[in-house]
Amino acid sequence: MSSTPPPLKAIHVPGGPVPPGSSRRTANGGEEQPARPPKFVTSNMSFYYGAHQALFNINMTIPERAVTALIGPSGCGKSTYLRSLNRMNDIIEGTRVTGDVLLDGQDIYASDVDVVALRKRIGMVFQKSTPFPKSIFDNVAYGPRIAGERRRSTIVDLVEHCLKQAALWNEVKDRLRDSAMALSGGQQQRLCIARALATSPEVLLMDEPASALDPASTARIEDLIFELKQNYTIVIVTHNMQQAARISELTAFFCLGRLVEIGVTRQIFTNPEQKETEDYITGRFG
Amino acid sequence: MSFSIDEDYARRLKRRHLASRVFERACLVVTWSSVTILAVLLGLLLYQAWGWLDLAFLTRHNHYEADRAGVLSGVWGSCWLMLLTAFLCVPVGVGTAVYLEEYAKPNWLTRQIRLNVANLAGVPSVVYGILGFTVFVRFFGLFDRPQTYALNFGMTSIEFHLPLGAVILSGGMTLALLSLPVVVIASQEALRSVPASLRHASYALGATRWQTIWNQVLPAATPGIATGVILAVSRAVGETAPLVVLGAATQISFNPGRINSVVDIVRSPGKLANVPFDSFTALPLLIYGWVNEIDAERFAHVAAAGIIVLLGLLLLMNGAAIYIRQHFRRKIRW
Repeated sequence: MSSTPPPLKAIHVPGGPVPPGSSRRTANGGEEQPARPPKFVTSNMSFYYGAHQALFNINMTIPERAVTALIGPSGCGKSTYLRSLNRMNDIIEGTRVTGDVLLDGQDIYASDVDVVALRKRIGMVFQKSTPFPKSIFDNVAYGPRIAGERRRSTIVDLVEHCLKQAALWNEVKDRLRDSAMALSGGQQQRLCIARALATSPEVLLMDEPASALDPASTARIEDLIFELKQNYTIVIVTHNMQQAARISELTAFFCLGRLVEIGVTRQIFTNPEQKETEDYITGRFG
Repeated sequence: MSFSIDEDYARRLKRRHLASRVFERACLVVTWSSVTILAVLLGLLLYQAWGWLDLAFLTRHNHYEADRAGVLSGVWGSCWLMLLTAFLCVPVGVGTAVYLEEYAKPNWLTRQIRLNVANLAGVPSVVYGILGFTVFVRFFGLFDRPQTYALNFGMTSIEFHLPLGAVILSGGMTLALLSLPVVVIASQEALRSVPASLRHASYALGATRWQTIWNQVLPAATPGIATGVILAVSRAVGETAPLVVLGAATQISFNPGRINSVVDIVRSPGKLANVPFDSFTALPLLIYGWVNEIDAERFAHVAAAGIIVLLGLLLLMNGAAIYIRQHFRRKIRW
């Protein structure tokens, strides 16, 4: 992994004027926000794909053990922001981050951060379910195995525990040796969640985890997220307004690479501060 | 026709359908003509070999009299060459491909390497023969005369000369070089076709790059890599020119390492160590030799019989390789 340049504080944003919202969003001050300690704190964070700037001065706090939803029109940078939280963007050549992204107060882009260890702490579930072409058991066991766990009994227990957590155990317990590719779309996505849980992460990043699923499977994933937030910090990107409203405590609205507004979900959906947010939520654009 | 279309359109439509049919026929003719030529060739060979290709032919060494000629040492030689070639070119070729696809940054040097690998695939085999002769057989002529060395390992001892001379190891290394570009290109192609989502999922679980390559990318690419290796190695084993240039003999009346059967290997595995340093002949060389015999009429039959044995061997190899490929494909549980 390429080491990232030292964070440049107070970088001046080239390009258009900063929308008023981004300078005075209510990340940690809003009185209605649940009083939870922050997990991620992003300050003055900008992101570049080569010369193209994708995120502009993001200031945002993500609380622990809660669901934070990222919404916004396609191409607004919400997925880019999500992937910068576990440094998945490092894989893409020529990407660059400025500003700070702090996890429990530590800069994850600091030069002494091992990205492999970081990703073990931060699980990720992708839009398209990506089971490995291996058995169901081996899929869940992959994380602990690559981390060096060799004891068979530990792995067996862990696989069972994670599949139960992901509400998949009852459906697959008799066919753990079968290929994971034979599962239905919804089952595959829950398997991916179980697989992510097996590395015992603190955070789960979800990039539109239910967008390719039917309503019944979507409901199961949402129930699951509701369960998981007792123990995990969850950040979810979604295009589905109702979904964001149903499952999240906080909602952040992104537009054109800027964070327009972040606040308590109920407030964002009933009484947003920004006109842009209101327009998007009521379907006038996006 | 129940719906109306205008006349112009109908006329053009007829022409379009006609062109479509003509093209289909043309493809059919081309396909069948090549198949027919192959069939005629095979038929002629079988006809010529009839009565000459028998068990005795398969179990005899070569001889200067057509009636007593056989392919045994050639079959063994070709088998050892094949094994050695595959053994040498797979790790080097796959390693190169992994480096180029997974690690190398796209800069000037990598571009040159890629370009040259592609170019090497087009270099005629005789050039590889000259390369192998200079480097492996003669060691650039650095030695005044061959030196003999012996290594003792208790159970077995290995005797070899430096420079190597026209031994199986020289042949195997030369053929490995010959197949390398094809193996590299096929492996690159196979690695490239592994979906990025598989890599990302692995990285997201905290896998290192090597763990991702070893556990996800390589298993998914193995069937493709195997196909490339099979094609390259069977091509190389059918080559005559490089072996002629290396100076491999045709009149050889023993099997490499004096291993005459699989039982020999089981009974004294120590003999295996001597195989790479033994003189050898190979099936294409024998065939080449027979075609040049003075007693052309009778040796034409011998050559035909030899060709059938070579084709049979390659077919067997491809069959084994296809089995291996299917096995790996099943192991990946798509």
